Amino acid sequence: MNPALHDVLAFLQAWWVELVSGVVIVGVVPLVAGYLVLMERKLMADMQARLGPMRVGPHGLLQPIADAVKLLIKEDIIPDNADKMVFWMAPVVSMTAALTAMGGIAFGPSFLVARDINVGLLFVIGVSSLGLLGIVLGGWASNSHYSIMGALRSTAQLVSYETAAGLALVSGLLLAGTLRIRDIVYAQEQSGVWFVFLVPVAFFIYVVASIAETNRAPFDLPEAESELVAGYMTEYSGFRWALYFLGEYANMIVVGAVATTLFLGGWLRPFPNVHWMNWLDALPALFTAAVGAYCVFRAGKQPARVQVWFMWAVALACFVVALILAAPLYGPLSFLKLGLHGAFWFLLKISAYIYLFMWLRFTLPRYRFDQLMHLGWYILIPLAIVNVLAAGVAMILEMEYGWNRWLALVVTTLFTLGVALFLLRLNDKREAEASSAAPPSEEPSTEDSYAG
Amino acid sequence: MLDKVIFFFFAGVAILSAGLMVTRRNAIHSAVFLITTLLATAGIFLQLRAEFIFIAQIILYVGGIMVLFIFVIMLVSLDVALHQVKFSRQKWVALFVTLALAAEVGVMLWSSRKVPGQGFLLPNAVPAAKLPPNTEALAGSLFSSYLLPFEIASVLLLVAMVGAVVMAKKRT
Repeated sequence: MNPALHDVLAFLQAWWVELVSGVVIVGVVPLVAGYLVLMERKLMADMQARLGPMRVGPHGLLQPIADAVKLLIKEDIIPDNADKMVFWMAPVVSMTAALTAMGGIAFGPSFLVARDINVGLLFVIGVSSLGLLGIVLGGWASNSHYSIMGALRSTAQLVSYETAAGLALVSGLLLAGTLRIRDIVYAQEQSGVWFVFLVPVAFFIYVVASIAETNRAPFDLPEAESELVAGYMTEYSGFRWALYFLGEYANMIVVGAVATTLFLGGWLRPFPNVHWMNWLDALPALFTAAVGAYCVFRAGKQPARVQVWFMWAVALACFVVALILAAPLYGPLSFLKLGLHGAFWFLLKISAYIYLFMWLRFTLPRYRFDQLMHLGWYILIPLAIVNVLAAGVAMILEMEYGWNRWLALVVTTLFTLGVALFLLRLNDKREAEASSAAPPSEEPSTEDSYAG
Repeated sequence: MLDKVIFFFFAGVAILSAGLMVTRRNAIHSAVFLITTLLATAGIFLQLRAEFIFIAQIILYVGGIMVLFIFVIMLVSLDVALHQVKFSRQKWVALFVTLALAAEVGVMLWSSRKVPGQGFLLPNAVPAAKLPPNTEALAGSLFSSYLLPFEIASVLLLVAMVGAVVMAKKRT
């Protein structure tokens, strides 16, 4: 056989799992992102006592596909004075970064796209932060004031909040003692508790910083519709715009996965080491079966016949999934448990994290830009630094002086919270001074409107 | 075979985009090609199993420094820079530096020819599985053997940062 062909075959044999999962990521994530948009619209509608999209498909379930088709056949406009090459490239950079970062995530002990590289978590964070380049270049290439304002804001915001997020991750990593994605989860399994309970302040900082990093409300200054007409995306239309959107939603999944892996125990079920809690293993199957049963219950109340059929179809799908999830409970098939249940818990945790994002978006008004910067630089970053120190001190107390782990962590967490209170009070004082120092006639805060 | 293909792909991309980076007139285009060069170099680091340096290159240079570069380029007016003839004064210096670098590489290749049994100055390759974990090894040497230089470097950076803040701050 031709040696070159032989090499290629050997390569395919060694790496086919990674190649296939790469293709799956590129194929499935856009669909997931589309349905995340639908979920967001439905949730928003629910919180505002509306119905949301209802026209396309039963309960609007085909809306994402209709949207995608609409965006594909829309006219693709490139402004005359735009820098064509950079304009063309920027959305692709944004999306590629987000999808590549997804390759480093472990969706279960055996579902890992990239081989378990030594710096797994850093890889995910670093590559996903490259999406910022796409935003900056797109804003510059559009040759429009709104776009460049959005790009500038985005850079300032992301550079500030990435520092806080990185420092928050450090205190989790101190506990894990490794950067490998899988070993981080194993460390939580060994210590018997998710790291969110050991370093709650770090988790809180990461949640806030990751909202800012994904440019979502209340920190969506770079694309504030009412002041910048969508910021860096102003000049984009059609599918290029969709690529930006795809990158943004993929990024949400990535930050959710990072938080889940480091703080929420990855693919572990709650109480992974407690034996009398083993009944929790039945929960995935029961949960999906309950969803199916609810669909059957609702099917009778649908107004149109199509909707009745559709409800029955969804219920059937749920029952099938429940059966698949129940299979590992049967003795001989228990080798499937780690993979199937791992993926279930992991996806459930990511969904909860994203639900939190959406909930915050519909609840909180948008920040002003100076408030955003103050929150980042005066409160979150100092707090994150103190928190890293506190986690280190707690570990030293436990390892060198034989303290109880919980006692050490409670003491240091209380200390961190005290620092947080002090920082908040300092910030209040500063704001009070600023507002009393400025003459009231100038009204310094009206340049950036509150409008949201 | 495959290793070679990957290496020459990354090396080719790095050299090509480095050349384009120098010759572009538009500063943003230059920055984009510099990013491509840095990413291709990072790929070569990864191929050498220097995982930590690979990700440090991406996070620090591409994600940090280049973003700030573009940030600054966006703020200065490009039209002025476009019409000026650049680098004219540095021609002779550049020529000298290039010649010196070429001579260095030539000497290195020439001396490596004499080492028997080993190609281009490379020690015999260690099997990948036997390599120590990269990050841990780096941290171990930084925080034990080279602690003092490491701390001096970080204090130096801190001084530079504080100095920049002091100079940027308005005098009241």
